Amino acid sequence: MAASSAPSANFRTWPIVLLLTLLSLPLVVMYIYLFVDTVTDSSTGSLIPDTFTLSHWDFLWHTKVGKPSVWVVLVNTLLFATSTTTVVLLISSMVGYALSRLNVPGRSVLLAGVMVMHAFPSVTLLIAIFVVLQMVGLYNTLIGVILVKAALDLPLGIWLMKGFYDTVPWEIEMAGITDGASRFTVWRRLVLPQVFPALAALGLFAFLSGWSEFILPRVLAPGNNVQVFSVYLASLIADDNNFDLSMFKAVGVFYAIPVIVLFVLFQRHLMNIYGGGTKG
Amino acid sequence: MRILLDHFSKSFGAVKVIEDMNLEIRDGEMLALLGPSGCGKSTTLFSICGIHRVSGGRILFGDNDVTNVPSQLRNVGVVFQSYALYPHMTVRQNIAFPLQVKGLAAADIKQQVSAIAALVHIEELLERRPAQLSGGQQQRVALARALIRKPDVLLLDEPLANLDAKLRLEMRSEIRRLQLETGITAILVTHDQVEAMSMCDRIAIMNAGEIIQIATPSEMYHDPRTEFVAGFLGNPPIAFLKGTAQDGAVLLDKSDIRIPLPGRGRPAGAGRVTLGIRPEDFGPQGDVQIPGTIVFVETQGRENLYDVRLADGGMLRSIQPVRGDLKVGDAVTWAAAGDKIMVFGEDGSRL
Repeated sequence: MAASSAPSANFRTWPIVLLLTLLSLPLVVMYIYLFVDTVTDSSTGSLIPDTFTLSHWDFLWHTKVGKPSVWVVLVNTLLFATSTTTVVLLISSMVGYALSRLNVPGRSVLLAGVMVMHAFPSVTLLIAIFVVLQMVGLYNTLIGVILVKAALDLPLGIWLMKGFYDTVPWEIEMAGITDGASRFTVWRRLVLPQVFPALAALGLFAFLSGWSEFILPRVLAPGNNVQVFSVYLASLIADDNNFDLSMFKAVGVFYAIPVIVLFVLFQRHLMNIYGGGTKG
Repeated sequence: MRILLDHFSKSFGAVKVIEDMNLEIRDGEMLALLGPSGCGKSTTLFSICGIHRVSGGRILFGDNDVTNVPSQLRNVGVVFQSYALYPHMTVRQNIAFPLQVKGLAAADIKQQVSAIAALVHIEELLERRPAQLSGGQQQRVALARALIRKPDVLLLDEPLANLDAKLRLEMRSEIRRLQLETGITAILVTHDQVEAMSMCDRIAIMNAGEIIQIATPSEMYHDPRTEFVAGFLGNPPIAFLKGTAQDGAVLLDKSDIRIPLPGRGRPAGAGRVTLGIRPEDFGPQGDVQIPGTIVFVETQGRENLYDVRLADGGMLRSIQPVRGDLKVGDAVTWAAAGDKIMVFGEDGSRL
């Protein structure tokens, strides 16, 4: 990346930089305002903030009447996102391997089925899932919505992992087997490290997707004890009695911070999902 | 350890690759499975190491029937064409892997890895990763990893195919040295007759899933059983002429060239035959005169290779010490050594 950003001799870079700056300016201004508004007040009708205040961040210390504590919501969201990620990683890494390498009966049917599942709009399943969860007693629980979210994320994960496993040479596995290792050891110690970039990318993907998921928890787990951030945020804006746009923004910033941190830390892995393959 | 394939068959679905093959590899011997692509030599190798399941017959290591023994328990060492090193491990970890799987103590593993690294001359590479090694070095690591378990048999699947010409020469003698030093039984799969002849005690030449002939390299070169074997061994290759046998001589097609045949290999009656003449047996000296025209001269440094077209359109090759007096288009009458001419029947078998 660093090398390719060096100025090229063939054309000037400054016009492009200028153009991109102008085009992204509205976005940047919006983000700046989002943050500035959470720590300032401005007089009515004015866009210019005039007083500094932390009152909009009050929700961190004081739970609003009729709403869950923001810390409970944070823990719920973390649990929800990490659990779905774990389930997705665990199952995708194994199913992907089986579909790529083992002689599973009905393999092509399974692959096609998984693909259809991926293409299927999940919203249309919502009512049916609601009824099923209600019947098995998992409605309004984190476990229920975690299972549903993981199940809906799995098709992508399985296909992705299968694609990466396909690029690992057969000979490595044959060598492992003739070296005396069991099939499981071969998978865990020889093959899994080859697809680590895919695992990292998929894990991040699943986490971010779980972190921002709204419709599933909204419908399947709306209760105060199991509320996640997106639902909490929606309930704030829906509350006509205590409408506080600045606090809404503050919660939004609070909600986005972990995502931004993760993205900055792991963006290299996330890019890998599109690059594909391993470096031999 | 002696390896025995007893009425071994292998098919993939409806495709029969190998049917009813019998092959014995003697203890401490290096045997080449030589043949063109798709003749089933790699299939045989992978069946011996247990990656392919046998469809019929038995495979014996010593007196043990390993036909249904899983690959992990067979104690074989395999070197793959692509080396198949584990890219995320260092050389040391690569070589140690078979021992770790066995559950040996760390100190024990360390000592054995050092010993084997010294044997294949890679002591200074142990902390590197496979991607940082050259092809020849990777090859040595693969050999070390295959040998560290002290396997009953070392299986080499086209181990030199990915190396450049100079390295190939070096690794050829290196692999042979390791095999002789360790005294291990080894099977080399290759389509390169030079490799097979230079590295192995015996060659089993295969075609279309069958073993055509098993012999030492020089026996096979001088006394091939079929036209296929004669054509496969030798570089530059043997030249074939078609003709009809009559009265102890062969009349070449569409010409009046008669080639008298030596006592041995004289066809019993009249019939279509193919003559095989190696390039080194055709030249200025000899007892069977054959006229022709030089159509191509290939300079090989120490020797020249001449392609000679006969009146009937047939081609002969002659390899001779370099001489400057001949050029393309010259008419020559060279001679073949009558007792070296090989005669093959219509079905390709030697007469």
